[in-house]
Amino acid sequence: METLLNRYRNITVLLLVIFAQLVLIAVQVRNDQDVRMVRVWSITAITPLARLLEAVRGGTSGFFQNYILMHDARADNRRLQADLDRLKMENQFLRTEISTADRAKALVAFQQHTQSRTLAARVIAAGAGANSKVVFLDRGSGSGVEKGMAVVTPDGIVGKVIAAYPTASEVMLITDPEFAAGVVSQKNHVVGTLKGQGLGTCKVDYVPSEEKVEVGEMFYTSGDDRIFPKGFPVGVVRVVRASSPYTEVWVEPSGLERGLEAVLIVLEGVHQAIPEAPPANAPVYLGTPPPPAAGEQAVQPAGPVGTDADRLRQKYQQIGAAENHKFGEGGPGTKPPDFNLKLPVAGAKDGDAATQGRVDAAKPPPVQVTPQGAPNQNGTAKAGVSTSPRRAVPASQPATPAPQPQDQ
Amino acid sequence: MTEYGDRYLVGNQREQVSRFRARVMLAVPLAAILFQVYVPRFLEFLGYLELPLLVTIYFALMRRSQIGGLFIGAFIGLAQDSLSIKQPLGMFGIVKTLVGYFAASVGLRIDVEHSLIRFLLTFFFYFFHQLLYWVLARGLLGRQIPFEIQLTLVLGLLNAVVGVTLFHFLDRLREPA
Repeated sequence: METLLNRYRNITVLLLVIFAQLVLIAVQVRNDQDVRMVRVWSITAITPLARLLEAVRGGTSGFFQNYILMHDARADNRRLQADLDRLKMENQFLRTEISTADRAKALVAFQQHTQSRTLAARVIAAGAGANSKVVFLDRGSGSGVEKGMAVVTPDGIVGKVIAAYPTASEVMLITDPEFAAGVVSQKNHVVGTLKGQGLGTCKVDYVPSEEKVEVGEMFYTSGDDRIFPKGFPVGVVRVVRASSPYTEVWVEPSGLERGLEAVLIVLEGVHQAIPEAPPANAPVYLGTPPPPAAGEQAVQPAGPVGTDADRLRQKYQQIGAAENHKFGEGGPGTKPPDFNLKLPVAGAKDGDAATQGRVDAAKPPPVQVTPQGAPNQNGTAKAGVSTSPRRAVPASQPATPAPQPQDQ
Repeated sequence: MTEYGDRYLVGNQREQVSRFRARVMLAVPLAAILFQVYVPRFLEFLGYLELPLLVTIYFALMRRSQIGGLFIGAFIGLAQDSLSIKQPLGMFGIVKTLVGYFAASVGLRIDVEHSLIRFLLTFFFYFFHQLLYWVLARGLLGRQIPFEIQLTLVLGLLNAVVGVTLFHFLDRLREPA
Protein backbone atom coordinates (compact mmCIF):
# COMPACT_ATOMS: atom_id res chain seq x y z
CA MET A 1 0.00 0.00 0.00
CA GLU A 2 2.76 2.38 0.94
CA THR A 3 4.56 1.60 -2.28
CA LEU A 4 1.41 2.26 -4.23
CA LEU A 5 0.95 5.65 -2.57
CA ASN A 6 4.57 6.56 -3.17
CA ARG A 7 4.33 5.50 -6.77
CA TYR A 8 1.26 7.62 -7.48
CA ARG A 9 1.96 10.36 -4.97
CA ASN A 10 2.34 13.19 -7.47
CA ILE A 11 -0.73 12.41 -9.49
CA THR A 12 -2.72 11.90 -6.28
CA VAL A 13 -1.76 15.32 -4.96
CA LEU A 14 -2.62 16.85 -8.34
CA LEU A 15 -6.05 15.27 -8.36
CA LEU A 16 -6.68 16.34 -4.78
CA VAL A 17 -5.76 19.96 -5.52
CA ILE A 18 -7.87 19.99 -8.67
CA PHE A 19 -10.77 18.38 -6.84
CA ALA A 20 -10.53 20.90 -4.01
CA GLN A 21 -10.71 23.79 -6.45
CA LEU A 22 -13.61 22.20 -8.30
CA VAL A 23 -15.47 21.92 -5.01
CA LEU A 24 -14.61 25.56 -4.33
CA ILE A 25 -16.06 26.60 -7.66
CA ALA A 26 -19.13 24.44 -7.18
CA VAL A 27 -19.84 25.90 -3.76
CA GLN A 28 -19.54 29.45 -5.09
CA VAL A 29 -21.72 28.81 -8.11
CA ARG A 30 -24.33 26.87 -6.15
CA ASN A 31 -24.66 29.39 -3.32
CA ASP A 32 -23.98 32.39 -5.52
CA GLN A 33 -21.62 33.58 -2.82
CA ASP A 34 -18.05 34.65 -2.78
CA VAL A 35 -15.15 33.40 -0.69
CA ARG A 36 -14.53 36.83 0.69
CA MET A 37 -11.67 35.95 2.99
CA VAL A 38 -9.31 34.93 0.19
CA ARG A 39 -10.14 38.01 -1.81
CA VAL A 40 -9.58 40.27 1.18
CA TRP A 41 -6.16 38.75 1.66
CA SER A 42 -5.19 39.30 -1.93
CA ILE A 43 -6.57 42.81 -2.15
CA THR A 44 -4.93 43.76 1.12
CA ALA A 45 -1.63 42.36 -0.12
CA ILE A 46 -1.79 44.01 -3.52
CA THR A 47 -3.28 47.45 -2.88
CA PRO A 48 -0.52 48.78 -0.58
CA LEU A 49 2.04 47.84 -3.20
CA ALA A 50 -0.06 49.40 -5.94
CA ARG A 51 -0.46 52.54 -3.87
CA LEU A 52 3.25 52.65 -3.25
CA LEU A 53 3.97 52.23 -6.94
CA GLU A 54 1.46 54.92 -7.78
CA ALA A 55 3.05 57.27 -5.27
CA VAL A 56 6.51 56.60 -6.65
CA ARG A 57 5.33 56.99 -10.22
CA GLY A 58 3.40 60.15 -9.44
CA GLY A 59 6.24 61.61 -7.43
CA THR A 60 8.88 60.85 -10.01
CA SER A 61 6.95 62.03 -13.01
CA GLY A 62 5.65 65.01 -11.08
CA PHE A 63 9.15 66.05 -10.09
CA PHE A 64 10.48 65.92 -13.62
CA GLN A 65 7.51 67.63 -15.13
CA ASN A 66 7.04 70.27 -12.44
CA TYR A 67 10.59 71.38 -11.80
CA ILE A 68 12.58 70.45 -14.86
CA LEU A 69 10.38 70.31 -17.91
CA MET A 70 7.47 72.59 -17.24
CA HIS A 71 8.16 74.26 -13.90
CA ASP A 72 4.80 75.01 -12.40
CA ALA A 73 2.68 74.59 -15.48
CA ARG A 74 1.54 71.14 -14.48
CA ALA A 75 0.45 72.33 -11.05
CA ASP A 76 -1.45 75.17 -12.66
CA ASN A 77 -3.01 72.82 -15.13
CA ARG A 78 -4.09 70.49 -12.35
CA ARG A 79 -5.59 73.34 -10.35
CA LEU A 80 -7.38 74.74 -13.38
CA GLN A 81 -8.64 71.31 -14.31
CA ALA A 82 -10.03 70.88 -10.82
CA ASP A 83 -11.69 74.29 -11.06
CA LEU A 84 -13.07 73.40 -14.46
CA ASP A 85 -14.51 70.14 -13.16
CA ARG A 86 -16.12 71.88 -10.23
CA LEU A 87 -17.56 74.61 -12.43
CA LYS A 88 -18.83 72.05 -14.90
CA MET A 89 -20.67 70.28 -12.11
CA GLU A 90 -22.16 73.56 -10.93
CA ASN A 91 -22.95 74.57 -14.48
CA GLN A 92 -24.60 71.24 -15.18
CA PHE A 93 -26.67 71.56 -12.06
CA LEU A 94 -27.78 75.08 -12.91
CA ARG A 95 -28.55 74.25 -16.53
CA THR A 96 -30.64 71.25 -15.68
CA GLU A 97 -32.60 73.22 -13.12
CA ILE A 98 -33.23 76.15 -15.38
CA SER A 99 -34.07 74.26 -18.51
CA THR A 100 -36.29 71.52 -17.13
CA ALA A 101 -38.88 73.53 -15.30
CA ASP A 102 -40.47 76.89 -15.68
CA ARG A 103 -38.88 79.68 -13.76
CA ALA A 104 -41.23 79.62 -10.83
CA LYS A 105 -40.87 75.89 -10.35
CA ALA A 106 -37.14 76.11 -10.89
CA LEU A 107 -36.96 78.68 -8.12
CA VAL A 108 -38.78 76.35 -5.76
CA ALA A 109 -36.64 73.44 -6.89
CA PHE A 110 -33.52 75.47 -6.18
CA GLN A 111 -34.63 75.91 -2.62
CA GLN A 112 -35.43 72.25 -2.12
CA HIS A 113 -32.65 70.72 -4.17
CA THR A 114 -29.33 69.68 -2.75
CA GLN A 115 -26.50 68.14 -4.75
CA SER A 116 -25.36 64.57 -4.21
CA ARG A 117 -22.76 63.98 -1.51
CA THR A 118 -19.64 62.61 -3.13
CA LEU A 119 -16.20 61.34 -2.18
CA ALA A 120 -13.14 61.90 -4.36
CA ALA A 121 -11.04 58.84 -5.14
CA ARG A 122 -8.11 57.88 -7.35
CA VAL A 123 -7.82 54.88 -9.61
CA ILE A 124 -4.86 52.83 -8.44
CA ALA A 125 -5.14 49.58 -10.40
CA ALA A 126 -7.03 47.70 -13.06
CA GLY A 127 -8.55 44.26 -12.69
CA ALA A 128 -6.65 41.12 -13.58
CA GLY A 129 -7.24 39.66 -17.02
CA ALA A 130 -6.78 40.98 -20.52
CA ASN A 131 -10.41 42.00 -21.00
CA SER A 132 -10.97 43.29 -17.52
CA LYS A 133 -13.30 46.27 -17.21
CA VAL A 134 -12.75 46.64 -13.51
CA VAL A 135 -10.66 49.20 -11.64
CA PHE A 136 -9.63 49.62 -8.04
CA LEU A 137 -10.00 52.89 -6.15
CA ASP A 138 -7.94 54.02 -3.20
CA ARG A 139 -10.99 54.55 -1.00
CA GLY A 140 -12.68 51.64 0.74
CA SER A 141 -15.12 50.80 3.47
CA GLY A 142 -12.94 52.71 5.91
CA SER A 143 -13.93 55.90 4.08
CA GLY A 144 -17.61 55.05 4.01
CA VAL A 145 -17.70 53.37 0.63
CA GLU A 146 -20.24 50.58 0.27
CA LYS A 147 -21.07 48.04 -2.36
CA GLY A 148 -23.54 49.36 -4.92
CA MET A 149 -22.53 53.01 -4.81
CA ALA A 150 -22.35 54.92 -8.07
CA VAL A 151 -19.05 56.25 -9.41
CA VAL A 152 -19.12 59.34 -11.62
CA THR A 153 -17.01 62.09 -13.08
CA PRO A 154 -18.16 65.55 -14.03
CA ASP A 155 -18.53 64.28 -17.59
CA GLY A 156 -20.77 61.32 -16.83
CA ILE A 157 -21.20 58.05 -15.01
CA VAL A 158 -18.24 55.69 -14.75
CA GLY A 159 -19.46 52.53 -13.03
CA LYS A 160 -20.56 51.12 -9.74
CA VAL A 161 -18.81 49.74 -6.68
CA ILE A 162 -19.04 45.96 -6.67
CA ALA A 163 -16.86 45.32 -3.64
CA ALA A 164 -15.63 47.51 -0.81
CA TYR A 165 -12.53 46.47 1.10
CA PRO A 166 -10.99 48.22 4.06
CA THR A 167 -8.40 50.10 2.05
CA ALA A 168 -9.77 49.95 -1.47
CA SER A 169 -12.88 49.35 -3.47
CA GLU A 170 -13.51 47.61 -6.76
CA VAL A 171 -15.53 49.30 -9.48
CA MET A 172 -17.19 47.68 -12.47
CA LEU A 173 -16.97 50.08 -15.41
CA ILE A 174 -20.01 50.76 -17.58
CA THR A 175 -18.25 49.09 -20.50
CA ASP A 176 -18.17 45.77 -18.66
CA PRO A 177 -20.44 43.17 -20.31
CA GLU A 178 -22.20 42.56 -17.01
CA PHE A 179 -22.97 46.21 -16.34
CA ALA A 180 -26.53 47.50 -16.64
CA ALA A 181 -28.24 50.75 -15.68
CA GLY A 182 -31.53 52.47 -16.37
CA VAL A 183 -31.25 55.38 -18.80
CA VAL A 184 -33.52 57.85 -20.51
CA SER A 185 -32.99 59.89 -23.64
CA GLN A 186 -32.87 63.64 -23.52
CA LYS A 187 -35.25 64.64 -26.28
CA ASN A 188 -38.13 62.25 -26.21
CA HIS A 189 -37.51 60.71 -22.80
CA VAL A 190 -37.19 57.24 -24.25
CA VAL A 191 -36.43 54.79 -21.47
CA GLY A 192 -34.00 51.90 -21.94
CA THR A 193 -31.39 49.77 -20.22
CA LEU A 194 -27.71 50.58 -20.78
CA LYS A 195 -25.52 47.50 -21.09
CA GLY A 196 -21.76 47.29 -21.47
CA GLN A 197 -20.38 45.25 -24.33
CA GLY A 198 -16.74 44.92 -23.39
CA LEU A 199 -15.99 47.57 -26.00
CA GLY A 200 -15.59 51.31 -25.99
CA THR A 201 -19.27 51.84 -26.65
CA CYS A 202 -22.35 50.63 -24.79
CA LYS A 203 -25.71 49.44 -26.00
CA VAL A 204 -29.12 50.65 -24.91
CA ASP A 205 -31.51 47.71 -24.85
CA TYR A 206 -35.27 47.48 -24.73
CA VAL A 207 -35.97 50.62 -26.73
CA PRO A 208 -39.24 49.89 -28.57
CA SER A 209 -38.98 50.33 -32.31
CA GLU A 210 -41.79 52.89 -32.32
CA GLU A 211 -39.84 55.22 -30.02
CA LYS A 212 -37.69 57.89 -31.63
CA VAL A 213 -34.00 58.15 -30.75
CA GLU A 214 -31.67 60.34 -32.76
CA VAL A 215 -27.94 60.23 -33.34
CA GLY A 216 -26.21 62.93 -31.35
CA GLU A 217 -28.66 63.21 -28.50
CA MET A 218 -27.69 62.50 -24.91
CA PHE A 219 -28.80 59.73 -22.62
CA TYR A 220 -29.10 60.37 -18.90
CA THR A 221 -29.56 58.09 -15.95
CA SER A 222 -33.21 57.47 -15.20
CA GLY A 223 -32.79 56.59 -11.53
CA ASP A 224 -34.81 53.41 -11.97
CA ASP A 225 -31.95 51.14 -10.94
CA ARG A 226 -31.63 52.81 -7.53
CA ILE A 227 -27.87 53.02 -7.97
CA PHE A 228 -27.39 56.08 -10.15
CA PRO A 229 -29.30 59.21 -9.24
CA LYS A 230 -31.50 60.45 -12.03
CA GLY A 231 -30.12 63.08 -14.36
CA PHE A 232 -26.44 62.16 -14.57
CA PRO A 233 -25.03 62.21 -18.12
CA VAL A 234 -24.40 58.78 -19.60
CA GLY A 235 -23.28 59.31 -23.18
CA VAL A 236 -24.00 60.44 -26.70
CA VAL A 237 -25.92 58.33 -29.19
CA ARG A 238 -23.59 57.33 -32.01
CA VAL A 239 -25.54 54.65 -33.89
CA VAL A 240 -29.28 53.96 -34.21
CA ARG A 241 -30.38 50.91 -36.16
CA ALA A 242 -34.04 50.17 -36.71
CA SER A 243 -35.02 46.60 -35.91
CA SER A 244 -37.93 44.77 -34.40
CA PRO A 245 -39.13 44.70 -31.70
CA TYR A 246 -36.38 46.88 -30.23
CA THR A 247 -34.31 49.59 -31.82
CA GLU A 248 -30.57 49.05 -31.59
CA VAL A 249 -28.96 52.09 -29.97
CA TRP A 250 -25.21 52.48 -29.35
CA VAL A 251 -23.95 55.09 -26.95
CA GLU A 252 -20.45 56.45 -26.46
CA PRO A 253 -19.92 56.90 -22.70
CA SER A 254 -19.10 60.48 -21.85
CA GLY A 255 -17.63 59.67 -18.44
CA LEU A 256 -14.70 57.72 -19.89
CA GLU A 257 -13.72 60.16 -22.62
CA ARG A 258 -10.86 61.78 -20.76
CA GLY A 259 -9.49 58.65 -19.17
CA LEU A 260 -9.79 57.57 -15.58
CA GLU A 261 -7.64 58.98 -12.84
CA ALA A 262 -9.83 60.83 -10.39
CA VAL A 263 -13.49 59.95 -9.86
CA LEU A 264 -16.29 60.72 -7.48
CA ILE A 265 -18.07 58.07 -5.43
CA VAL A 266 -21.67 59.07 -4.80
CA LEU A 267 -22.22 58.45 -1.11
CA GLU A 268 -25.71 59.93 -1.07
CA GLY A 269 -27.36 60.34 -4.42
CA VAL A 270 -29.80 63.08 -5.20
CA HIS A 271 -32.03 62.79 -8.21
CA GLN A 272 -32.05 65.69 -10.61
CA ALA A 273 -34.16 66.43 -13.64
CA ILE A 274 -33.23 65.48 -17.17
CA PRO A 275 -32.04 68.54 -19.12
CA GLU A 276 -34.40 69.69 -21.83
CA ALA A 277 -33.39 69.20 -25.43
CA PRO A 278 -34.22 71.19 -28.53
CA PRO A 279 -37.24 69.68 -30.31
CA ALA A 280 -36.55 67.46 -33.23
CA ASN A 281 -38.60 69.63 -35.59
CA ALA A 282 -37.56 73.08 -34.43
CA PRO A 283 -38.95 76.12 -36.26
CA VAL A 284 -36.84 77.42 -39.11
CA TYR A 285 -35.73 80.93 -39.80
CA LEU A 286 -38.02 82.94 -42.07
CA GLY A 287 -36.72 86.29 -43.17
CA THR A 288 -38.64 89.34 -44.30
CA PRO A 289 -40.04 89.25 -47.87
CA PRO A 290 -37.75 90.77 -50.51
CA PRO A 291 -38.37 94.39 -51.53
CA PRO A 292 -40.51 94.85 -54.67
CA ALA A 293 -38.76 95.29 -57.95
CA ALA A 294 -38.61 98.68 -59.64
CA GLY A 295 -41.98 99.61 -61.12
CA GLU A 296 -43.77 96.91 -59.20
CA GLN A 297 -46.16 97.95 -56.48
CA ALA A 298 -45.91 96.09 -53.30
CA VAL A 299 -49.03 94.24 -52.43
CA GLN A 300 -50.09 95.03 -48.94
CA PRO A 301 -52.03 92.49 -46.98
CA ALA A 302 -55.68 93.29 -46.54
CA GLY A 303 -55.41 92.86 -42.84
CA PRO A 304 -54.84 90.26 -40.27
CA VAL A 305 -57.32 87.90 -41.91
CA GLY A 306 -56.55 84.26 -41.44
CA THR A 307 -59.50 82.09 -42.43
CA ASP A 308 -62.67 82.32 -44.53
CA ALA A 309 -64.67 82.80 -41.37
CA ASP A 310 -62.48 85.72 -40.41
CA ARG A 311 -62.94 87.35 -43.79
CA LEU A 312 -66.72 86.83 -43.64
CA ARG A 313 -66.83 88.36 -40.19
CA GLN A 314 -64.86 91.35 -41.39
CA LYS A 315 -67.19 91.80 -44.36
CA TYR A 316 -70.24 91.77 -42.10
CA GLN A 317 -68.62 94.29 -39.80
CA GLN A 318 -68.10 96.62 -42.77
CA ILE A 319 -71.70 96.11 -43.91
CA GLY A 320 -72.92 96.85 -40.40
CA ALA A 321 -70.81 99.98 -40.28
CA ALA A 322 -72.12 101.13 -43.70
CA GLU A 323 -75.75 100.71 -42.57
CA ASN A 324 -75.13 102.07 -39.05
CA HIS A 325 -76.15 98.77 -37.60
CA LYS A 326 -74.74 97.55 -34.33
CA PHE A 327 -74.68 93.83 -33.97
CA GLY A 328 -76.11 92.52 -30.74
CA GLU A 329 -78.63 95.34 -30.36
CA GLY A 330 -82.31 95.32 -31.19
CA GLY A 331 -84.84 92.78 -30.16
CA PRO A 332 -86.53 90.01 -32.14
CA GLY A 333 -88.43 91.27 -35.19
CA THR A 334 -86.22 94.28 -35.84
CA LYS A 335 -84.92 94.70 -39.34
CA PRO A 336 -81.63 92.97 -39.98
CA PRO A 337 -78.91 94.63 -42.03
CA ASP A 338 -78.79 94.00 -45.78
CA PHE A 339 -76.03 91.52 -46.12
CA ASN A 340 -76.20 91.69 -49.94
CA LEU A 341 -75.05 95.28 -49.92
CA LYS A 342 -72.21 95.93 -52.37
CA LEU A 343 -69.45 97.66 -50.52
CA PRO A 344 -67.60 100.41 -52.44
CA VAL A 345 -64.21 98.86 -51.74
CA ALA A 346 -61.56 98.00 -54.33
CA GLY A 347 -63.02 94.58 -54.55
CA ALA A 348 -61.23 93.55 -57.71
CA LYS A 349 -57.97 93.15 -55.85
CA ASP A 350 -59.47 91.90 -52.65
CA GLY A 351 -59.07 88.29 -53.50
CA ASP A 352 -55.43 88.55 -54.46
CA ALA A 353 -54.64 90.82 -51.59
CA ALA A 354 -56.43 88.60 -49.17
CA THR A 355 -54.57 85.63 -50.46
CA GLN A 356 -51.25 87.39 -50.16
CA GLY A 357 -52.20 88.68 -46.77
CA ARG A 358 -53.06 85.21 -45.64
CA VAL A 359 -49.67 83.98 -46.69
CA ASP A 360 -47.86 86.83 -45.01
CA ALA A 361 -49.95 86.55 -41.92
CA ALA A 362 -48.99 82.92 -41.61
CA LYS A 363 -45.33 83.86 -41.51
CA PRO A 364 -43.92 84.67 -38.12
CA PRO A 365 -41.78 87.71 -37.70
CA PRO A 366 -38.07 87.03 -38.24
CA VAL A 367 -36.72 85.01 -35.36
CA GLN A 368 -33.30 83.45 -34.96
CA VAL A 369 -33.82 79.96 -33.70
CA THR A 370 -31.90 76.74 -33.40
CA PRO A 371 -31.16 74.91 -36.65
CA GLN A 372 -33.35 71.93 -37.18
CA GLY A 373 -32.13 68.81 -35.40
CA ALA A 374 -28.84 70.35 -34.33
CA PRO A 375 -27.63 68.67 -31.15
CA ASN A 376 -27.08 70.88 -28.21
CA GLN A 377 -23.51 70.58 -27.01
CA ASN A 378 -24.32 71.64 -23.52
CA GLY A 379 -27.37 69.50 -23.26
CA THR A 380 -29.60 72.44 -22.58
CA ALA A 381 -32.48 74.19 -24.19
CA LYS A 382 -31.96 76.91 -26.76
CA ALA A 383 -34.04 79.68 -28.15
CA GLY A 384 -37.36 78.68 -29.56
CA VAL A 385 -37.75 75.83 -27.12
CA SER A 386 -40.49 75.50 -24.61
CA THR A 387 -39.38 75.61 -21.04
CA SER A 388 -41.80 72.84 -20.21
CA PRO A 389 -40.02 69.50 -20.33
CA ARG A 390 -42.50 67.64 -22.50
CA ARG A 391 -43.97 70.47 -24.55
CA ALA A 392 -41.61 71.35 -27.33
CA VAL A 393 -42.59 73.82 -30.02
CA PRO A 394 -43.35 72.04 -33.30
CA ALA A 395 -42.17 73.34 -36.63
CA SER A 396 -45.64 74.30 -37.71
CA GLN A 397 -45.94 76.61 -34.76
CA PRO A 398 -43.95 79.83 -34.98
CA ALA A 399 -41.57 80.88 -32.28
CA THR A 400 -43.69 83.93 -31.53
CA PRO A 401 -47.49 83.85 -31.59
CA ALA A 402 -49.14 84.53 -34.93
CA PRO A 403 -51.30 87.65 -35.13
CA GLN A 404 -54.73 86.98 -33.73
CA PRO A 405 -57.94 88.11 -35.46
CA GLN A 406 -59.42 91.24 -34.08
CA ASP A 407 -62.23 90.87 -31.67
CA GLN A 408 -65.54 92.48 -32.44
CA MET B 1 5.80 7.48 -15.99
CA THR B 2 6.97 4.27 -14.32
CA GLU B 3 8.63 4.09 -10.96
CA TYR B 4 11.92 3.17 -12.58
CA GLY B 5 11.69 6.00 -15.03
CA ASP B 6 10.96 8.49 -12.30
CA ARG B 7 13.94 7.41 -10.26
CA TYR B 8 16.21 7.30 -13.27
CA LEU B 9 15.35 10.73 -14.55
CA VAL B 10 15.24 12.37 -11.18
CA GLY B 11 18.51 10.78 -10.30
CA ASN B 12 20.14 12.01 -13.49
CA GLN B 13 18.92 15.55 -13.17
CA ARG B 14 18.99 15.96 -9.44
CA GLU B 15 22.03 18.17 -9.71
CA GLN B 16 20.22 20.38 -12.24
CA VAL B 17 17.37 21.25 -9.89
CA SER B 18 17.40 25.00 -9.31
CA ARG B 19 16.78 26.36 -5.86
CA PHE B 20 15.46 29.77 -4.93
CA ARG B 21 15.25 31.68 -1.72
CA ALA B 22 11.82 31.82 -0.09
CA ARG B 23 11.58 35.56 -0.51
CA VAL B 24 12.24 35.20 -4.22
CA MET B 25 9.52 32.54 -4.48
CA LEU B 26 7.11 34.95 -2.81
CA ALA B 27 8.15 38.26 -4.29
CA VAL B 28 8.40 37.27 -7.95
CA PRO B 29 4.83 35.90 -8.28
CA LEU B 30 3.52 38.88 -6.30
CA ALA B 31 5.36 41.27 -8.59
CA ALA B 32 4.00 39.46 -11.64
CA ILE B 33 0.43 39.79 -10.38
CA LEU B 34 1.02 43.42 -9.43
CA PHE B 35 2.38 44.06 -12.90
CA GLN B 36 -0.74 42.65 -14.48
CA VAL B 37 -3.13 44.76 -12.43
CA TYR B 38 -1.12 47.99 -12.47
CA VAL B 39 0.92 48.48 -15.61
CA PRO B 40 -1.90 48.05 -18.20
CA ARG B 41 -3.45 51.20 -16.76
CA PHE B 42 -0.73 53.18 -18.50
CA LEU B 43 0.35 50.81 -21.28
CA GLU B 44 -2.79 49.03 -22.32
CA PHE B 45 -1.12 46.67 -24.77
CA LEU B 46 0.90 45.15 -21.93
CA GLY B 47 -2.34 43.67 -20.65
CA TYR B 48 -1.83 40.85 -23.10
CA LEU B 49 1.25 39.71 -21.24
CA GLU B 50 0.47 36.81 -18.89
CA LEU B 51 3.30 37.37 -16.47
CA PRO B 52 1.74 35.18 -13.73
CA LEU B 53 1.65 32.33 -16.22
CA LEU B 54 5.24 32.92 -17.28
CA VAL B 55 6.38 32.90 -13.67
CA THR B 56 4.46 29.68 -13.04
CA ILE B 57 6.09 28.03 -16.03
CA TYR B 58 9.55 29.18 -15.02
CA PHE B 59 9.44 28.00 -11.43
CA ALA B 60 7.83 24.71 -12.40
CA LEU B 61 10.40 24.06 -15.10
CA MET B 62 13.40 25.00 -13.03
CA ARG B 63 12.45 23.39 -9.73
CA ARG B 64 11.59 20.13 -11.51
CA SER B 65 9.15 19.12 -8.81
CA GLN B 66 5.68 18.17 -9.89
CA ILE B 67 4.13 18.79 -6.49
CA GLY B 68 6.02 22.03 -6.11
CA GLY B 69 4.95 23.10 -9.60
CA LEU B 70 1.30 22.39 -9.05
CA PHE B 71 1.26 24.26 -5.74
CA ILE B 72 3.00 27.27 -7.29
CA GLY B 73 0.43 27.24 -10.07
CA ALA B 74 -2.44 26.91 -7.63
CA PHE B 75 -1.15 29.77 -5.48
CA ILE B 76 -0.64 32.15 -8.37
CA GLY B 77 -3.89 31.13 -10.04
CA LEU B 78 -5.96 31.62 -6.91
CA ALA B 79 -4.34 35.00 -6.29
CA GLN B 80 -5.19 35.99 -9.84
CA ASP B 81 -8.74 34.74 -9.35
CA SER B 82 -9.17 36.77 -6.22
CA LEU B 83 -8.35 39.95 -8.12
CA SER B 84 -10.95 39.22 -10.74
CA ILE B 85 -14.19 39.36 -8.82
CA LYS B 86 -16.36 38.49 -11.79
CA GLN B 87 -15.46 34.84 -11.68
CA PRO B 88 -15.41 32.29 -8.89
CA LEU B 89 -12.18 31.39 -7.18
CA GLY B 90 -10.53 28.40 -8.77
CA MET B 91 -10.78 29.03 -12.50
CA PHE B 92 -7.26 30.33 -12.98
CA GLY B 93 -6.28 28.15 -10.04
CA ILE B 94 -7.15 24.89 -11.80
CA VAL B 95 -5.61 25.98 -15.07
CA LYS B 96 -2.34 27.10 -13.56
CA THR B 97 -2.22 24.05 -11.30
CA LEU B 98 -2.23 21.84 -14.38
CA VAL B 99 0.27 24.08 -16.16
CA GLY B 100 2.60 23.92 -13.17
CA TYR B 101 2.31 20.16 -12.93
CA PHE B 102 2.90 19.50 -16.60
CA ALA B 103 5.69 22.04 -16.84
CA ALA B 104 7.49 20.36 -13.95
CA SER B 105 6.95 16.97 -15.64
CA VAL B 106 8.57 18.30 -18.80
CA GLY B 107 11.39 19.82 -16.78
CA LEU B 108 12.19 16.38 -15.40
CA ARG B 109 12.69 14.96 -18.85
CA ILE B 110 14.45 17.53 -20.96
CA ASP B 111 17.07 20.19 -20.58
CA VAL B 112 15.23 23.46 -20.09
CA GLU B 113 18.27 25.70 -19.98
CA HIS B 114 18.29 26.25 -23.71
CA SER B 115 16.49 29.36 -24.95
CA LEU B 116 14.85 27.63 -27.90
CA ILE B 117 13.39 24.93 -25.67
CA ARG B 118 12.12 27.58 -23.29
CA PHE B 119 10.57 29.50 -26.17
CA LEU B 120 8.72 26.45 -27.48
CA LEU B 121 7.55 25.37 -24.04
CA THR B 122 6.30 28.84 -23.15
CA PHE B 123 4.43 29.09 -26.42
CA PHE B 124 2.86 25.65 -25.91
CA PHE B 125 1.87 26.24 -22.30
CA TYR B 126 0.38 29.65 -23.12
CA PHE B 127 -1.85 28.08 -25.74
CA PHE B 128 -2.68 25.22 -23.38
CA HIS B 129 -3.51 27.71 -20.62
CA GLN B 130 -5.86 29.76 -22.81
CA LEU B 131 -7.55 26.70 -24.27
CA LEU B 132 -8.07 25.07 -20.90
CA TYR B 133 -9.47 28.25 -19.41
CA TRP B 134 -11.88 28.54 -22.32
CA VAL B 135 -12.99 24.94 -21.85
CA LEU B 136 -13.50 25.41 -18.12
CA ALA B 137 -15.39 28.67 -18.56
CA ARG B 138 -17.77 27.03 -21.00
CA GLY B 139 -18.04 23.75 -19.16
CA LEU B 140 -18.24 24.85 -15.56
CA LEU B 141 -19.69 28.34 -15.76
CA GLY B 142 -21.60 28.13 -19.06
CA ARG B 143 -20.01 31.32 -20.37
CA GLN B 144 -20.14 31.67 -24.14
CA ILE B 145 -16.81 33.41 -24.55
CA PRO B 146 -15.11 33.29 -27.94
CA PHE B 147 -11.81 31.53 -28.51
CA GLU B 148 -9.82 33.19 -31.28
CA ILE B 149 -7.14 30.78 -32.33
CA GLN B 150 -5.14 33.19 -34.49
CA LEU B 151 -5.05 35.83 -31.80
CA THR B 152 -4.09 33.26 -29.20
CA LEU B 153 -1.25 31.99 -31.36
CA VAL B 154 0.09 35.49 -31.94
CA LEU B 155 -0.14 36.32 -28.26
CA GLY B 156 1.51 33.00 -27.51
CA LEU B 157 4.48 34.03 -29.64
CA LEU B 158 4.61 37.41 -27.92
CA ASN B 159 4.50 35.84 -24.47
CA ALA B 160 7.13 33.29 -25.49
CA VAL B 161 9.53 36.02 -26.57
CA VAL B 162 8.99 37.93 -23.35
CA GLY B 163 9.19 34.69 -21.41
CA VAL B 164 12.63 33.80 -22.71
CA THR B 165 13.91 37.23 -21.73
CA LEU B 166 12.24 37.05 -18.34
CA PHE B 167 13.62 33.57 -17.69
CA HIS B 168 17.09 34.84 -18.44
CA PHE B 169 16.65 37.52 -15.81
CA LEU B 170 15.12 35.11 -13.28
CA ASP B 171 18.08 32.75 -13.74
CA ARG B 172 20.16 35.30 -11.89
CA LEU B 173 17.96 34.93 -8.83
CA ARG B 174 18.82 31.25 -8.43
CA GLU B 175 20.83 30.19 -5.47
CA PRO B 176 24.35 29.24 -6.46
CA ALA B 177 24.88 25.49 -6.53
